[in-house]
Amino acid sequence: MLSNTADSVRASLNRRGRWKIGEIAFWLVAASTLFLLPERHLILNEIAIIGLFALSLDLILGYAGIVSLGHAAFFGLGAYAAGILARDGFADPLLGLGVAAIAAAVLGFVTSFLVLRGSDLTKLMVTLGVALVLGEIANQASWLTGGADGLQGIAMGPILGLFEFDIFGTTAYTYSLVVTFLLFVVARRIVVSPYGLSLRSIRDNALRARAVGIPVNRRLVAIYTLSAAYAGVAGALLAQTTQFVSLDVLAFHRSADVMLVLVIGGVGYLYGGLIGAIIFKVLQDVISAWTPQYWQFWIGLILVLIVLAGRERLTERVRALWPRSRGRTVDRPQPLTTTPAREV
Amino acid sequence: MLTILFDGIAYGMLLFVLACGLAVTLGLMNFVNLAHGAFAMAGGYVTAVLMNRHGVPFLATLPLAFIVPALIGLVLERTLYKRLYARSHLDQVLFSIGLVFMAVAAIDYSMGSQQQLIQLPSWLQGRVEILGIQVGLYRSFIIAVCGALVVALQLILTKTRFGSRLRAAVDDPRVARGLGINVSLIFAATFAVGSGLAGLGGALGAEILGLDPTFPLKFMIYFLIVVTVGGTTSITGPFLASLLLGIADVAGKYYVPSVGAFVIYTLMIVVLVLRPQGLFDRAR
Repeated sequence: MLSNTADSVRASLNRRGRWKIGEIAFWLVAASTLFLLPERHLILNEIAIIGLFALSLDLILGYAGIVSLGHAAFFGLGAYAAGILARDGFADPLLGLGVAAIAAAVLGFVTSFLVLRGSDLTKLMVTLGVALVLGEIANQASWLTGGADGLQGIAMGPILGLFEFDIFGTTAYTYSLVVTFLLFVVARRIVVSPYGLSLRSIRDNALRARAVGIPVNRRLVAIYTLSAAYAGVAGALLAQTTQFVSLDVLAFHRSADVMLVLVIGGVGYLYGGLIGAIIFKVLQDVISAWTPQYWQFWIGLILVLIVLAGRERLTERVRALWPRSRGRTVDRPQPLTTTPAREV
Repeated sequence: MLTILFDGIAYGMLLFVLACGLAVTLGLMNFVNLAHGAFAMAGGYVTAVLMNRHGVPFLATLPLAFIVPALIGLVLERTLYKRLYARSHLDQVLFSIGLVFMAVAAIDYSMGSQQQLIQLPSWLQGRVEILGIQVGLYRSFIIAVCGALVVALQLILTKTRFGSRLRAAVDDPRVARGLGINVSLIFAATFAVGSGLAGLGGALGAEILGLDPTFPLKFMIYFLIVVTVGGTTSITGPFLASLLLGIADVAGKYYVPSVGAFVIYTLMIVVLVLRPQGLFDRAR
């Protein structure tokens, strides 16, 4: 009986792990923009970076159910780590990515213990507080970060010693896209592993997850650290491809924006962040061309409308457009009606 | 030294009036309303516009600075907020951030992005020396007004029928409903009063805190600190928390300007980690 369950879980995970035609098409289209839209590489580069950032938020929000208002802390830390490294003469981009990822992961690991306590509201406040403290540090330590003037004088070396960054953003976009793709593949592997499955069970009901023997806190610490590393890499990509870092990378609106990106695309499936990034950037482009100063108003309106219309329903619809995943939404077991248990 | 303490108390009182509405929203319906600052901003702008464009005296604008945000709050509560009580915290956060963005851009569009200055009446300007302490007249005025409000709120909560219904609804909405208390009506009224108080606080604070379109974002964190640190089950908790925050903030900015903002955020994180239910609440 037991082995039957294990077998069926394994089979279902394997089925989910298979690449669908729609997914392959998505990445082929993404790769083809390298050649088809050569004059848009700068904005495409931004889309890839925001997509990766949103993906990292999705790992904790969509898969582990941790609401964070301070994810920019890791993004900013990664950006500053990569930027400072490049300014001080270590111009190799991949080294920068690695250092940024490690720095953000360490911060994520340390702060995860603070974040895992208390209610949603406490989590919100602590994540927000961590981002604010980092922002203050970056502001005050101007000898290191350039303070309010931003970090200047970043000069990147060629990637792998071969590809120089150019002013059209072609190298930059290729670089960001490849990094995003590789990290996406890793994340995809993780969420269809038994570990990913246990995360989802924690999100749905932490008390029951603990009761069936899942070490809830350890799992959450691990995913929070991983997500922080991803965000750090996204920040490093931004710093390296724009060769500039300002306090803006740690600002509150960045955490809010990435949440919006994720919500537009849909929470809880990995393409949500990427699709959201595309829609968000295109919207931002269109709206700010139309009313440059007040585009925030329309973004706010969209956010309010999405929530009122029901996020879940919208996401389900987008998912239904995905050719073969329709089966996935159907055979996903309906969540049991749970009685919320109050912790004693 | 004592002047700083005095300024800190005035600042803290102001924060309390600004944030106490949020304490009720969070405590009563468990609704994470990040848009609370937008109501405060509305009150501030009512005062600024009436004074600067229509020449209404300062004191006469204060009732309107209460009424207008209260009405806005009532309408929004009945039309929009009501639908979101049962939703997840994430939805509430997204919704209220959206509202903040809209409010910021709308004020920017209609009023311009510059600081709004208000000219205080002459009898509120300047400082006098009492018992060797330099005391700002306007700050004493704020302390007097806010102190009266605190006492009034406390009396309403503890002595009136409305107050006991509200407390019952805070403690257990389901049982309160079962006893025939119209919880949703009580909540609408409380939400309106909370928004109105925020507006009043915004109007009183325009001189001290500054008033520009980014107000809701700038002070959102302060309101949240007051509420989360103070706890949401009584008004004494948030009151003490806002006094602490006010004094710590003023003293921090005065004595150690370079680390001023750290102190508050770090303290908040430490308090939340050690006592997630707030400093003055018993764990439930």
